[in-house]
Amino acid sequence: MADTARIKSVVMNADEIERALTRMAHQILEKNKGAQGIALVGIVTRGDTLACRLAKKIKEIEGVDVPLGQLDISFYRDDFAIHLSPEVLSTKIPFSIDDVNIVLVDDVLFTGRTIRAALDALMDIGRPRTVQLAVLVDRGHRELPIRADYVGKNVPSASNENVRVFLQEVDGRSEVEIIALEQGKRAGSAPLGGE
Amino acid sequence: MAFNHRNLIDITEYSADDLMLMLRTAERFRSVNERRVKKLPTLRGYTVVNMFNEPSTRTRSSFEIAEKRLSCDTLNFGGSSTSTVKGESLTDTVRTLCSYKIDLIVVRDKHAGVPRKVADVSGVHVIDAGDGKHQHPTQALLDLYTIWQKFGHIEGLNVGIVGDINHSRVCGSLIPALRTLGAHVTIVAPATLRPARPEVLGVEHATARLDEALPDLDVVYMLRIQRERLEGAPYPSLREYNMLYGLTEEREKLMRPDAIVCHPGPINRGVELDSFMADHPERSAILDQVYAGVLVRMAAMYLLLGGSDDGLTA
Repeated sequence: MADTARIKSVVMNADEIERALTRMAHQILEKNKGAQGIALVGIVTRGDTLACRLAKKIKEIEGVDVPLGQLDISFYRDDFAIHLSPEVLSTKIPFSIDDVNIVLVDDVLFTGRTIRAALDALMDIGRPRTVQLAVLVDRGHRELPIRADYVGKNVPSASNENVRVFLQEVDGRSEVEIIALEQGKRAGSAPLGGE
Repeated sequence: MAFNHRNLIDITEYSADDLMLMLRTAERFRSVNERRVKKLPTLRGYTVVNMFNEPSTRTRSSFEIAEKRLSCDTLNFGGSSTSTVKGESLTDTVRTLCSYKIDLIVVRDKHAGVPRKVADVSGVHVIDAGDGKHQHPTQALLDLYTIWQKFGHIEGLNVGIVGDINHSRVCGSLIPALRTLGAHVTIVAPATLRPARPEVLGVEHATARLDEALPDLDVVYMLRIQRERLEGAPYPSLREYNMLYGLTEEREKLMRPDAIVCHPGPINRGVELDSFMADHPERSAILDQVYAGVLVRMAAMYLLLGGSDDGLTA
């Protein structure tokens, strides 16, 4: 993808990402009336990194360590295209999600299909009290009736563009970019690589 | 990274990358097998036929569990209940099955080469679940997985395979796969159960003396003495076999501190393996192997039916 793509614009830099996450952490605490009974579950890859950052911010604000997990949804995808990845991705949720308010965290909300898969994956693990959705970027083009509860930034985009999130921990820099796709190529919902 | 195999029949067709991808994929299925809902919707709508023309308990049950945990529809087919007894040829049987629009056939047969024939005739994906004395690739994968989990790597390990090398389809897959991944393989067997030219198998050392080989081994892989193949008297008695080649409490002292014991099952207790070793809390990896069987079979079906990464963003 990288060789055929072209960066159109940078829509968020590292500072803007941090500020958006701080606001989202406050919103999560406000809506749930504190940090009790909530847990963050990030969708691999990058959703888990963002969940980790949100957990740190919640700790700074409220002084509470919220349970933190990561969810691999590749076995729940509706297109069953395998995105082979050299690293071992796996679901790690080291706590019971039963009766917990789960905040699902992902980098980009696009078609909604990833979130659909994530909801199915969560329901196989347990029965959360509620599931809320936090995304760094909402780029529109929904194909399913899914919306986010917490949004870092709304980024209107065309279907021949891709929105990519880069994070320091994974990519060595933090940035949200709009990338122009080659003509004829259509952007899809984000697979494992966040592409 | 691409995975471009249609079938899992001959493990020598799999590169080191392919094998490691299998093991890593198996690892990803581990958490599913440890939670309350042990099921994934991944292969919903796919139909898998288990064609077992030879008795099998653990391979068959482990395939069935793997299929059910991936939500496939399955059909168990084979043995004396099928129309082969009425004289139908293998080709006709397979063509008939394919008319049901199936996606994968798991084949166990007492004749070597049947899985390849089934693949040629059917055109669907085929997994060899053991054919004659030829290969048993999913057994090799579960062995590799177990060793990989215990040591964290496979390259450079000394693996000794002890017992009936000549009749073993486990060896047929395990030895080449170990060599592909860079392990060193020693075979230990009486001359009557050892191939005349072990180097053809890719083996680096062959010996008849277990006591001399044991101190160098990281993995001691004990093969089952196949009592049903005792014809020709390859050794005088089971008792003598146990004295010379059985892994006993006494021999445990010769093993490296972190060496493990594997066995493909079913065990002949008191013949190749004493109960002390089979149930040894630190050394015995036998039940880990059984557990790994479900994981690697899930991985094999997932990768074969899922096709390859074509680089498209879905």
